[in-house]
Amino acid sequence: MNLFETIRVALRAILRNKTRSFLTTLGVVIGVAAVIAMVAIGEGAKAEVEKSFASMGSNLLVIMSGAHRAGGASGGSGSQLTLTWEDLEAIRTEVPSVRLAAAGLRGNAQIVSDEQNWSSQVTGTSPEFFDIRNWPTTDGALFTAVDVEAASKVVVLGQTVAARLFSVGSDPVGQMVRIDNVPFQVVGVLAKKGQSPMGQDYDDAAFVPESTFQRRIRGGLQKFIAGQVHVAATSQAGTTKAEAELRALLRDRHRLAPTAEDDFSIRNLAELASAREESTRTLTTLLASIAFVSLLVGGIGIMNIMLVSVTERTREIGLRMAVGARPRDILAQFLVEAFTLSLGGGAIGIVLGLWAAEWLSAKFQWPMQVSPDIVLLAVGFSAAVGVVFGLYPARKASKLDPIDALRYE
Amino acid sequence: MPLLEVVDLHKIYTMGDTEVRALDGVSLSVESGEFIAVMGSSGSGKSTLMNLLGCLDRPTSGHYVLRGERVSDLNRDELANARNRLIGFVFQGFHLLARTSALENVELPLLYAGVSGKERHRRSRKALELVGLGDRMDHHPNQMSGGQQQRVAIARAIVTEPGLLLADEPTGNLDTRNSHEIMGIFQKLSDTGMTIVLVTHESDVAAWARRIVWMRDGHVLSDEPHEPGSPVHPPPIDPGLSLGVP
Repeated sequence: MNLFETIRVALRAILRNKTRSFLTTLGVVIGVAAVIAMVAIGEGAKAEVEKSFASMGSNLLVIMSGAHRAGGASGGSGSQLTLTWEDLEAIRTEVPSVRLAAAGLRGNAQIVSDEQNWSSQVTGTSPEFFDIRNWPTTDGALFTAVDVEAASKVVVLGQTVAARLFSVGSDPVGQMVRIDNVPFQVVGVLAKKGQSPMGQDYDDAAFVPESTFQRRIRGGLQKFIAGQVHVAATSQAGTTKAEAELRALLRDRHRLAPTAEDDFSIRNLAELASAREESTRTLTTLLASIAFVSLLVGGIGIMNIMLVSVTERTREIGLRMAVGARPRDILAQFLVEAFTLSLGGGAIGIVLGLWAAEWLSAKFQWPMQVSPDIVLLAVGFSAAVGVVFGLYPARKASKLDPIDALRYE
Repeated sequence: MPLLEVVDLHKIYTMGDTEVRALDGVSLSVESGEFIAVMGSSGSGKSTLMNLLGCLDRPTSGHYVLRGERVSDLNRDELANARNRLIGFVFQGFHLLARTSALENVELPLLYAGVSGKERHRRSRKALELVGLGDRMDHHPNQMSGGQQQRVAIARAIVTEPGLLLADEPTGNLDTRNSHEIMGIFQKLSDTGMTIVLVTHESDVAAWARRIVWMRDGHVLSDEPHEPGSPVHPPPIDPGLSLGVP
């Protein structure tokens, strides 16, 4: 019997018992749908992480005062000031793989406009900072080196701060705000940056010249930088080299003995990004494996029903053999039946899985990304499930003795 | 050369410690065109003989030659092929596929013979017309009487034009009128040259045959020609074997 006839016979057998066939495939349907949905969400999360790191600046390094200890990171960094303005100058001039560097003096402050007030993070920095972070303005302009020199009372607002302080339609540029009771003129509003990989709102920030920050907002020691130094390496690939050069330079300038620990810490965001990606990949793998387990369970369901079907149709098998079916014809018939069930289940599962992923991402605002690979994989896997789990019942059927099968009650 | 010949056929089943000799040295030769009835009480081995003749089973010893081929040496695939090409089988319980039309039931052997769809249809129609069911090809088994179902089964058995038709109690599930109808079809097929071997325990069914083989305890008791229509009597019983027989 040729393949076409075998498929026709198998299809008839499946359609003869529609409800049971549907319930049998349900396991595979759910399995495949779960794989597709889980992987789509996992891939989406990964893409989102990639995007947020890219928005941060992929060749960004952040240097902080104080030792960075694993596990106690925040306790160490910044608790004792070690970075000086002279260090910053040396970084700018002496490290070849550094393109730009800027200080970021940070403090929280109350910002008050004529209409509203809002507590936000105020950063004192220089114009290079916006270049390092690849952060342009949408309205007005950035402050300039001249403003830093003159310690001008000017401020650049993030989108969130601008939205909180000024009503829709009014132009913040040129207006006055008070930061810790010091009047500042708004010169620009920054473009929307979004969230950090840790979920912090980048746009909830205001930026003033570093000199103004030191003089008007947080005094502090004049020699040391009370914050971080942001560094842009010349390229993304150069971040590791830049990190090594910066470490060597700072250790040398701080006169640290070879055995001493660093009194500063460097965070390489490219490395952080890949670690983050690694962890989302692990999550995706985990979700997918759970989904694959349900696919496996679906396969066992198919095997179970096929075994029942073989028993139930023993007399039919006997008759087919009596009129000339060879063992391999019977094997093919049941194998194709199992294969069709699982492949059909796979097809329904793909549609259902895509729909579920769409629905979940719309409902919970989860990003999702469907790759053709995973769809192919799910189809292939469900077909394999059919063959593997169909083989045992099919072999059992083909090994039946015609007389015993005909007499089976 | 006879159409089929079995020589010293033995079939022994082992059930636990006991051996059951279902066939104990049966030899039989059938010429082309014969119409034979095999008779005997249940347990006489006539169904076992039928299964062996039908290539559904293999003997423990002895050999079976069908159309010059030593069937007793064939493997499972070759046996399937022999059943498909050389033999038509009619069962007591009809064995039609449920929820499948008469036409498709008849097509089944041709499906395994690799005959194309169009040719399958043509030959199946012809076979159904031959058994007088030309107007019921699309009926399903549950829409037909027992006699009609058995006629579909006969059509299925002859659709491959096998030359040998084996029937195991073909009228066992039918009333007198339907039995008569079925035997009429066998008679008609026999007249066209088909070789027919049927197993029955009903004398009036066996009366249609032209040769009657009596079996008992796995042996052939008698093997005599018979005038169709004349009454069928059990052979004179050998006193040695008569113990316990009423």
